[in-house]
Amino acid sequence: MKKNYYLMSDGLLKRKENTVYFVNKDVKKPIPINKIYAIYAYGSLTFSSQAIHLLAKEGIAVHFFNYYGYYDGSFYPREKLLSGDLIIKQAEHYLDHEKRIFIAKKFVEGAAKNMDKVLKYYSLENHISSILNDLDGCNKITEVMNVEGRIRADYYQKMNQILPEDFEFEKRVKRPPENMVNALISFGNSLLYSTVLSEIYNTQLNPTISYLHEPSQRRFSLALDLSEIFKPILVDRLIFYLVNKKMINADDFEKDLNYCLLNDKGRKTFIKQYDERLKKTIKHRELNRKVSYKRLIRLESYKLIKHLLGTKEYKPFVMWW
Amino acid sequence: MISDSEKQLRIIGTQINYYFICKTKLWLFSHHIQMEQESDLVSLGKLLHSKSYKDEKEYTIDNLISIDFIKKRDYLELHEVKKSNKMKKSHEYQLLYYTYYLKNKKGIKNIKGILNYPKIRKKATINLDKSKEKDLMDIIEDIGNIINNETPKPQKIKICRKCAYFEFCWV
Ligand code: SF4
Repeated sequence: MKKNYYLMSDGLLKRKENTVYFVNKDVKKPIPINKIYAIYAYGSLTFSSQAIHLLAKEGIAVHFFNYYGYYDGSFYPREKLLSGDLIIKQAEHYLDHEKRIFIAKKFVEGAAKNMDKVLKYYSLENHISSILNDLDGCNKITEVMNVEGRIRADYYQKMNQILPEDFEFEKRVKRPPENMVNALISFGNSLLYSTVLSEIYNTQLNPTISYLHEPSQRRFSLALDLSEIFKPILVDRLIFYLVNKKMINADDFEKDLNYCLLNDKGRKTFIKQYDERLKKTIKHRELNRKVSYKRLIRLESYKLIKHLLGTKEYKPFVMWW
Repeated sequence: MISDSEKQLRIIGTQINYYFICKTKLWLFSHHIQMEQESDLVSLGKLLHSKSYKDEKEYTIDNLISIDFIKKRDYLELHEVKKSNKMKKSHEYQLLYYTYYLKNKKGIKNIKGILNYPKIRKKATINLDKSKEKDLMDIIEDIGNIINNETPKPQKIKICRKCAYFEFCWV
């Protein structure tokens, strides 16, 4: 079984035969190449070119995060699974306004319904479904984005009722996050974005062509699109869990006048629990098979491919529990 | 180096195989929608081959056109090793296609195809005659039509559960 490797400290990646070693003054950790699904680097990482060659050959992505825990970039190996036909379809659905907006709306719908599920789980009434109705009238991407923004505002406001008192927050502030919840959301979203990117890498989708977000927004903007659907499921629910179970508390943050960040200990806890969630399985309704949360992201990519090929109209994943 | 015509040979061989198994699979494969993992079945197939026939000499052409091995007698014997004879028709036409190709494009007369089923200790001999050749041409034309059309809707069949496209088709 392949695993995600999360490297939290600074170090060097080097290769000896078919094993990659993570080395620094404290550790020399061997990682057999066929055990690696993706690498997440939170410390500063030095590579030997042999290590890069091997990772490239095996198609393993490395995601880099900066000092703040934000996503910085990825070593995204040359794609192995190309389908010219699919890339053309992907572009066609971007260029044709009707087609693009259809997909963009689906992403917002999926995100909203999952946010609603999260709040319902805590028996919190909300306005998400009524705001979602406004999606019908939208003819521009900016209008779709606007509906999404209003849904998120309602959602974040309700979130306070789930969080313990010392974690309450006013609004979502991104860069830099100025309170604990914002720090957790930013950290989690960055992590999720990389996970989604790794899943896309293992399909024939081109990650630079997106529908809800502008392709110019970020290099791999399709990962932003698909992340929307999974943020409530994989990031927000995790935050409530960690905070309410007191697994993460004020000691896990580094605070300054202007920002608030998870410290090393906090990051480790978060990542450990996040990874466990990715591995957790559910019985998939259509497939009648157990699939992990991570696999759900892959399945979402497959659904998008089928939509682009015209085999089956895309319906976003919504939690059914 | 694999020349283009040899690559083509291998691709059509696989397409003929899929044509008999599942049209969706044929379409997806032909449009380069391939799944990343090697299924256990594929490795089982490889294992079976190397175990049962490890003494056979491999020719370069073997790997290219996925003919498992070739024997030279006063005629040329093409051997394919298969796990079971369930999908006999697909095996038969795949082999017929290689025979056809070698005959018409490489000028090799006198070819015999043999399907080997080591698990059940059986063999079947295949000969390319006029009517089989005609069938083959019809099949290839039909493959062309299928892949130039919309993706065929998946139909649930027994092998779906073990197919690499399972999740793709049924999600
Ligand atoms: S899963 Fe079934 S329908 Fe889909 S390609 Fe495989 S055999 Fe065909």
